[in-house]
Amino acid sequence: MKEIIQVTSLTKSFGTFKAVDDLSFTVNEGDVYGFLGQNGAGKSTTIRMLLTLIKPTSGDIKIFGQPLFSNRNEILKNIGAVIEKPDVYKYLSAYDNLKLFARLSGGKHDHHHLMNQLEMIGLAERAHDKVKTFSQGMKQRLGIGIALVHDPQLIILDEPTNGLDPQGIADIRNLILRLSREMKKTIVVSSHLLNEIEQIATKVLIIDKGKKMVEGLAAELFDASQTIVEIETLNNDFVAQQLAGSYWKNNLQSQRNHKLVLKLDRKEIPQLHKDLIAMNAMLISLEPKHSLEDYFLQVTSGNQHVDAFTN
Amino acid sequence: MWTLLQIELYKIFRRPRTYIAFVAITALITIVQLGLKVDGKEYAAFVMADLSNTLQIDGKIVNGYFVCYVLLQLLLVHVPLLIALIAADMISGEANMGTLRLMLTKPIGRTQFILAKFFAACIYTILLLIWLAILALFVSMLIFGTDDMFVLKNNYAVQIESADIFWRYAGAFCFACLAMITVAALGFFLSQFAENSIGPIVATMSVIIFFTILSTMSIPIFNLIKPYLFTTHMVAWKEFFDVKVNADNETIRGTIQRPDKLINSSLILLAHIVLFVGASIYVFKKKDVLS
Repeated sequence: MKEIIQVTSLTKSFGTFKAVDDLSFTVNEGDVYGFLGQNGAGKSTTIRMLLTLIKPTSGDIKIFGQPLFSNRNEILKNIGAVIEKPDVYKYLSAYDNLKLFARLSGGKHDHHHLMNQLEMIGLAERAHDKVKTFSQGMKQRLGIGIALVHDPQLIILDEPTNGLDPQGIADIRNLILRLSREMKKTIVVSSHLLNEIEQIATKVLIIDKGKKMVEGLAAELFDASQTIVEIETLNNDFVAQQLAGSYWKNNLQSQRNHKLVLKLDRKEIPQLHKDLIAMNAMLISLEPKHSLEDYFLQVTSGNQHVDAFTN
Repeated sequence: MWTLLQIELYKIFRRPRTYIAFVAITALITIVQLGLKVDGKEYAAFVMADLSNTLQIDGKIVNGYFVCYVLLQLLLVHVPLLIALIAADMISGEANMGTLRLMLTKPIGRTQFILAKFFAACIYTILLLIWLAILALFVSMLIFGTDDMFVLKNNYAVQIESADIFWRYAGAFCFACLAMITVAALGFFLSQFAENSIGPIVATMSVIIFFTILSTMSIPIFNLIKPYLFTTHMVAWKEFFDVKVNADNETIRGTIQRPDKLINSSLILLAHIVLFVGASIYVFKKKDVLS
């Protein structure tokens, strides 16, 4: 498969602080490449280097098989990007913003094309309204529209769901899936939210403190047979004893945050639920999680990030 | 480059703040013209008070040319603030809005980007001065009529014939453009070091005020650096209104007394523009965009 992005030993230091540390990865054509890490892990710095906003301290970036910094303009013609907040010109309308960036990107900017783009992102009816009157979700969609207006081969989205309500998050997710499946775009999407990446990515890279933690196919990393289940009861110690003497003894992992943690196949969860009731567990919650998250928590900063990572 | 320049101009002229300068200049000029229309004779008598004992002046002293000269003296001190409002916002304003990073992910070189922005700031500056010229010169000529012009220098007065004035104003406005573009270049350069507009605007004005004070104070130690300060040369437009005289002390039409001074000032301002823009390109090309 054709390699779209090749990053080799990429490092960026700000003074003595290494924001990105010897990072290497490859994105292939057609991938939805999930770039996962906590806030401050180095995702945005890496993405900004992919977009030439930041110069690497060392390392190489090749996009479409060409060195990025010596072929910058040629490469950027085929990239569309949204970096964190989709900041556009608030005193211009959605249509005017789209036209302006289409011209800058060297793409088509005739009325028909622009209206089609606005239709695709659901903003056709507000085309001529000033952006300052838009909600965060609408701005985010416009940002994505701007990223797509010149029909790029590669789309880079940095935290595209930041600040959105659940409906906005779902809209962006569906748009990404549509871009990948119907329009065959290669997409790099970063997030600190595991469940977001899980639902859209075909390949995942986890970074922490600028370093690569794990990279692999999402299907393998999100393996259903490796589901982590967290159980919270009013009688945890009793339930732990019962589980230790039962069929589930090999699945029992640990007690974390006053919760019992088991690792099992996702299909076994209904039976576990039945058994817990049968053993008089005063069940408050039974929450399936993923091994990826568990892995992440082991290799990175620990339990204090659970909430941030699973919201 | 042309597309980029068009886009930059489009952005400038779609922002309400751009028109503040045009409105401010219109209001100031209208008020001064109104004042001179009502009390022009008293003002002229006050200005010419020292000469009234030795010189009999006939004709219309408060004419359009004279009014324009008064307006230029008043306004060219304050126009830099209006220029700084836009020029010092060119990069910092985009950084503040967050659009800088979006612009720089597009297939445009950073040098191209900086030059397009600077040229757009220059065009804004030139349009502002054209507007100033229309109001201060042409409207004053309509309101006050035309006649020979009296210009008071430190220890002498210059009378310029009516037919010998217009080209001098053309030259003065062109020189004013150069001076104001120098201010724009300074504001533009400072604009790169902040992520909000206020800092660079205040910094630009502070530099101008500081240098102007150094330029105008007659203290020997300051005299050493005065020739190198751009503020010293910004007022050289007045040289267009100092005329050579013959042996009979009559003015010679079509002459400027110190053309060398004018050329020298123009070159120094030009050098400042090149320096500020060159430094802007150098800094911007190395800059990590973190906004």
